[in-house]
Amino acid sequence: MEWLVASVISVMTGCGVYLTLRARTFPVVLGLTLLAYAVNVFLFSMGRLQIGIPAVIDPAAAAYTDPLPQALVLTAIVIAFGMTAFLIVLALKARSELGNDHVDGLHRSDDELKATKHNSTKAETERSES
Amino acid sequence: MSPFTILPVLLPLIGGILMLMARPAGIDTQRILSLILTSLLVGVSLVSFQLANSDIYQVVLLGNWQAPFGIVIVLDRLSALMLLLTSLLALGALWYAIRTDTDKHGQHFHVLFQLQLFGLNGAFMTGDVFNLFVFFEVLLIASYGLLLHGGGRLRTRAGLHYVVINLVGSTLFLFAVGTLYGILGTLNIADMAVAVRNVSEADQGIVATAAVLLLVVFGIKAAMFPLYLWLPGAYAYTSAPVAALFAIMTKVGLYAIIRVHGTIFGEAAGDLAFVHIEWVLLLGLITLALAALGVLAARALRRQVAYLILASVATLMIAIGINNEAALAASLYYLIHSTMIGAAMFLIADVIMKGRGIYSDSFTKAIPIDRPIVVGSVFMLLGIALTGMPPLSGFFGKVMILHSALNHPWFAAILSVVLIAGLLMIIAVVRSGSLLFYSVQKEEGQKTSPLNKSAFVAVFLLMLVSPLMVLFAKPLTDITSQIAGQLFNGQAYIDAVLSTVPYGDNSK
Repeated sequence: MEWLVASVISVMTGCGVYLTLRARTFPVVLGLTLLAYAVNVFLFSMGRLQIGIPAVIDPAAAAYTDPLPQALVLTAIVIAFGMTAFLIVLALKARSELGNDHVDGLHRSDDELKATKHNSTKAETERSES
Repeated sequence: MSPFTILPVLLPLIGGILMLMARPAGIDTQRILSLILTSLLVGVSLVSFQLANSDIYQVVLLGNWQAPFGIVIVLDRLSALMLLLTSLLALGALWYAIRTDTDKHGQHFHVLFQLQLFGLNGAFMTGDVFNLFVFFEVLLIASYGLLLHGGGRLRTRAGLHYVVINLVGSTLFLFAVGTLYGILGTLNIADMAVAVRNVSEADQGIVATAAVLLLVVFGIKAAMFPLYLWLPGAYAYTSAPVAALFAIMTKVGLYAIIRVHGTIFGEAAGDLAFVHIEWVLLLGLITLALAALGVLAARALRRQVAYLILASVATLMIAIGINNEAALAASLYYLIHSTMIGAAMFLIADVIMKGRGIYSDSFTKAIPIDRPIVVGSVFMLLGIALTGMPPLSGFFGKVMILHSALNHPWFAAILSVVLIAGLLMIIAVVRSGSLLFYSVQKEEGQKTSPLNKSAFVAVFLLMLVSPLMVLFAKPLTDITSQIAGQLFNGQAYIDAVLSTVPYGDNSK
């Protein structure tokens, strides 16, 4: 079982890292989700892998599993969930504002120049329009 | 133990909820409420500073659970200093945001601002590694909101980079925490420091790996080479008051290195003592060299200031990496200076940018700004302070750091990198100052916008910190050496945390 869990974590982490390094926002979101899954399983297994043993008090049980990693995973899942939702919204916003879904957004050659020169005025006009 | 100890964490949390409910009352009510809350926080931090100014650690057991089983909040001299620094900086940034109407450019600025303070103060006070992760997430999610506040294409792009790298950082944090828990069986920092002494030889490699992984995580927050690339974009394209507040964000990473690594992998950790310290020093030196080149290469003022912040963080990393009491005391002095002056520099960059109209903050010939003598003098003083020229505080901080490095085996490398980087930064800032204030030409039809005097007060007050730090150098260095002394006495921290008994428990 250790071997199985370890390989699951490593494959998920590997895929997550690969996808996170892609140039478009959607694979990056997927990659971060995979990384979050991998770390959740990893945290879980850090309480040692045991079968058929309760985590909370049961007078009949011979032993207990460590309940702390389960609490940690619960916290980590909630946080990762919220962060992923935020990232998806941000990716959509970036898609609509930058005109493409590249992580490095800018692909117009004059953009950087304009960015440094007219940033303040542009931002103001954008704001007054919206 | 005093129940008052928890107030610096609770006040901004309650404040954030209050701000949310105050939204229908309009922006003016929100502003007044926000100013009152932040001023209160300054007061609370001052009292905390007073409270911590002894050798007694203020430990609060959350939920009244004894130390390794429950989460603890610890107030010691270092946390109190960070709390005070954060609240003073926040007050300046908030005043500037209100006077320049930055908070009107989007929704919920004040809510996010209070929650940001909640996350920061929590991170400075927690005594539990997983709780530190949670507070990191709180301050991060608030900082995402603040960073993107007001919108705009470039801000969105920089924000996307910032969010993605920090999410990767959170994942790595969990991996490191999980590994440490798997070996040490505890998450309380003090208890971990005890457990790490008894790690078997076979497990030492794993613990060392987790320690370095944790250093990577804090390195992302502190913008350590090679993980600093998000910083110039994020800081340069966000709004000025937010960038000013973020001057403390990189310090959170440094604080976490001092607190977590310093306590767990301190002198008493046996074979694992100071596993991280050479990495901090080496990466600090590389970061400083690259930051100095970034300062030289920047084509716009805000980007240059972002690199100057990076350089000051790198100097702090070097000071922590030198790893003796004098260096740590010097680094705390430099930390106060660089946070305040870096924030003031972001604000004055905004003042200059607004004054130049369409030319923004790019280093080109432009129209003269309103009141060039006042703005120029403040810019010059800030430049002197931030690049470490006498007679302002940056110089004294650097001298103390270099002085403490003299007995270090790497002293030649440390001295040459710090001094050469300082020279490069002086050249770059002098060049940008002369471009911004001397290379000007009046144009027909281009009206200069008048200086926003009431907002400028915030810049001026933040700048005043530097001469004050020189005038009161003696009491201040006394305080920082006391803090450093307390940090190097890790056993006292461990004893204080582990020996605190819950309320109503008289068995001991």
